[in-house]
Order: sequence, then structure tokens, then C-alpha cells
Amino acid sequence: MTAAGANARFYLALSLLGGVYVVLILAMLVADLSFTSPGHLWEALQSRDIRYAIRLSLISCFVTTILSLWVAVPLGYLLSRTRFPGKAIVDTMVDVPIVLPPLVIGISLLILFQTPPGKLIEEIMATRMGFLLTYIVIPSIAAVGVSLLLRQFAGCKYVLRLIPPIAILIAIVLALMGPGPWLNQNLQSRFGTRITFQIPSVILAQTAVSCAFAVRTMRVTFDQISPRTEQVALTLGCTRFQAFWMVTIPEAWRGIVSAGTIAWARSLGEFGPILIFAGATRMRTEVLSTTVWLEFSVGKLESALAVSLLMVVVAVIILLLMRTFGLRGGVA
Amino acid sequence: MIQIIDLTLRQGAFLLAGVSLEVPSGQYGVLMGKTGCGKTSILEAIAGLRPIASGTITLNDRNITRLAPGERGIGYVPQDAALFRTMTVYNHLAFALELRGTDRAIIDNRVMALAEWLGIEHLLHRRPAGLSGGEAQRVALGRALSFRPKYLLLDEPLSSLDEETRGSLMDLLIGVREKRDVTVLHVTHSSVEAERLADVRFRLVHGEVIQEG
Repeated sequence: MTAAGANARFYLALSLLGGVYVVLILAMLVADLSFTSPGHLWEALQSRDIRYAIRLSLISCFVTTILSLWVAVPLGYLLSRTRFPGKAIVDTMVDVPIVLPPLVIGISLLILFQTPPGKLIEEIMATRMGFLLTYIVIPSIAAVGVSLLLRQFAGCKYVLRLIPPIAILIAIVLALMGPGPWLNQNLQSRFGTRITFQIPSVILAQTAVSCAFAVRTMRVTFDQISPRTEQVALTLGCTRFQAFWMVTIPEAWRGIVSAGTIAWARSLGEFGPILIFAGATRMRTEVLSTTVWLEFSVGKLESALAVSLLMVVVAVIILLLMRTFGLRGGVA
Repeated sequence: MIQIIDLTLRQGAFLLAGVSLEVPSGQYGVLMGKTGCGKTSILEAIAGLRPIASGTITLNDRNITRLAPGERGIGYVPQDAALFRTMTVYNHLAFALELRGTDRAIIDNRVMALAEWLGIEHLLHRRPAGLSGGEAQRVALGRALSFRPKYLLLDEPLSSLDEETRGSLMDLLIGVREKRDVTVLHVTHSSVEAERLADVRFRLVHGEVIQEG
């Protein structure tokens, strides 16, 4: 047997084995397409309920992605670079949402908000949201901005230490002189809401699962980056935070983009926990996956398929966007 | 002067106890020893990158044992060069100066002078991905010297290079030695490097540092 022939046979065998799966995916998409038409899609887009679901899906997935990365970058770094007592337990805990049946996560979240601490959080969200946003969130964000400006233009070194006093100052100014009470009232009526069976429950249900995948991805990312570069940065005069921010985070950029992509895609497809924890109320907690189920359950197969295809299209577009953006921002 | 007194390092099963050595100011010290005997650990301890169990490290009689790495004023070239993948060669040479808030014009001048001395002016806008082993080591050396430290630690800087590149980089290191404004501790397992570069030679054998002259 010639070498070329052996090669060809080897690759043919692998292609046959692996190709089955690719064909299955293609066949499913083709079947979906054959059962629906642009007319059905158009009809689905005309529905106020479905338009709401599209909007809520896009917004909740975006927020979930941000929240997941917010947690996954530090946690992934800790799991990758440090040793601490109980690390094995934390490591296992992070995998729990991945292996747990989605329905169980929904039930667990529902039960959590029936416990006294859960009820307290719900109460605060429902009645003190305006206060939290006006006097804590907005001053904190403004303080971060001000300190960064101070560093940029006044050469101020201790940015982190400046943030709390500036935030408190802004909060006091808002409360005494500025539009504090007015903001408080408006933000309260706009964002004050309970959690269970409301929009926050959608985001929480999505984050509970997506975040686990983001943490895994970030951990692997940091595992693959040598700690050496960060160490050299320290010898060059960086603080720990500077070394992390200026050297490690840029090197981890691709990993961050994939963690974000995975978190986003997971949250778009999330269904079980949302159904239990957020319900399937039209114009309130209905996301695209809920739409598919609602339409399907009343026998409107065409509509369910149209929305499914819409999800496929949106997902592919976002994945492509993130990939291109990620490749441009990352390193060769 | 780089001085280590009675240094003990411990990590898991690894133990290095009672290490002492001294490199006089402006001299070029070479520390030899087999792979895995703890040479790198000693360098890391001096640079402040490895916690030490006991002992003292002083630079010109200044006790730096508990200082953060950035406050020690030591240039460090790790074995694998460890360049910053996302930065250009220019960024590497400017990094430490930018951290110190140096003027842009001064940074530009210093980077150009350093690049010229290292023979890497044509690489300033390249990223590490395409650099050869020798070029990467030059950038790592330039990065370590960019903020004009008084002390320089080199961890087997020549071991991964081919014969010819090694020769030209060796000439650079001889240049560093001739200037006499940095005190160097160079770790290697090659006696050729030690022959050509060392003012003082040490050998790490069975956890003990022996001065060889």
C-alpha cells in the first residue's frame, strides 16, 4: 500500500466517523427551514409578544454575559493561580451548575427566595432600588471615573484608595444639593421590582448556569498563560493590580471573548430554570426559548419554528461578531 | 553588592537551606549548578518572586528581604524571556519607564538608544510572536535594563540559543560587564559562559553554594 493511499484511507475513516455529526446538524436546520417560510417568520415578527421576547432575550443575555465575566475573570484567576484551603471544594462547586439538571437549578432558585435572606433581598429590590442606584451604584461608578481622570491628568497614583471617599462625597452632594431625591423616586418607579417571576429572575436564572461555563473557560485561559510575564512585570515596578491589568488581562483577551461568547450562547438557550423561577408570562418574563415552548404547546408549530430559526440566526450573527472582534483585539 | 545570608527556601518537598553568597558591586557573578538544583529559586528569591522561609537578602547593605519586587530595583531576565505577547518591542522597552511616569520624549530617546545598543531597532514595532530566540532574549535583556537598575539577574539567558546567536549575545553581556554600572548574577549550567563572563564564580552543589574564585 502506498503512503498516500494509507493517508487517504485514514482521513476518510475519520471523516466518515466525524462527518455523521455535521450531517445531523445540517439535516436538522434543513428540516426546520422546510417547515417554515419567510411569511411565517414575518408573521412571528409582527407579534407584539414575540417582539418583546426578542428584546428581553437580547437584553438579558447581554446583562448575563457582563455579570458572568465580572465573576468569572477573578474566580478563574484565583482557581488557576492560587492555592487556598478548600480550593478543591470551590472547584467542584463551580461545576455543580454544569452537571445539575436545569430544572433543579430553577427549583433551587425559587426555594432560595422563599428563605428569610432571600425574602429580604426581594424586599430591598422592590422598595429600595432607587435608593441603591442613586446613592451607591451611581456614586461608585462616578467615583471610578473621577479617579481614572485624576490618574490620567493629575498623575495621581492611588486610584483604588480614592474611590470610596469620592463616592461618599458624590452621594452626599446628591442627597443634600443635587437631584438625589428626584433620581431616587424616578429610578425606584423605573427599576424597583421584585425578583421572582419578574425580569431579574430571568437574568439570575441565566447567570446561575452561564457563569459556570465562563468560569471554566477563564480558568483554562489563565492556566495557559505563564505566570512568568506577570512576575517580570512586578520586577519592572508594577503593583499586583497593575501587572494583572496591564499584562495578564490583555494576554487573556481571547479567553475573555470566548468566555463571554459561551455565557451569551448558554443564556440565550436557557429554558428550564427560567420556566420555573421566572415563569412564562407574556410581555413580562417571556424570552425566545419560552416563546418556542409557548407557541409549540398551543400547536403553532410554524410559529415555534420561525422563532427557533430566528434564534439560530441571531446566535450565529453574535458568534461571528464576537469571533471577529475577539480575533482583532487579541494577539496572533 | 548582592548579598544573601543564610537563605532558606521551602516549597512542598523542595528544600534549600542555609545558602549564602556575595557578588561585590559592579562585578559579574555566575552561579552554576545542575538543572533542578534550585538556581532559579535563588534568583526568584532575590527578585522577590518567591517567599523565603528564613534568611536575609541585601543590596548594598539595604535589606530588601521583605520588599515588594517592584521596590527592589532589580532587572530580571527569566529563562524563557517571558515577553508580553500583546506588546510591541517598543512597548517592552518603554514599559518600566511609563510606569514611572517618565516624559514621553525621554522615553523615546532611551528606547532608541537601548534598541541601538541591542541591535533591535528594526524590530521596535514587532510583537514577540515572530521573533527568533536570540531577538527575544535581547528584548528581555533590554526590558530588564530599561529602567537602569543597579542589579541584574539572568536566568540561563543563552541556553536556548544556537552557537552563533549565543556568541553575539555573549558579547552584549560582556559589554554589560565592562560598563561596571550593574551588579550581575547570572545563572547557568555552562562552564564556557562562566569562563568568559564571570568575575566571581559560585557552584551550587547538594544545596550548598561554594565560591570558586
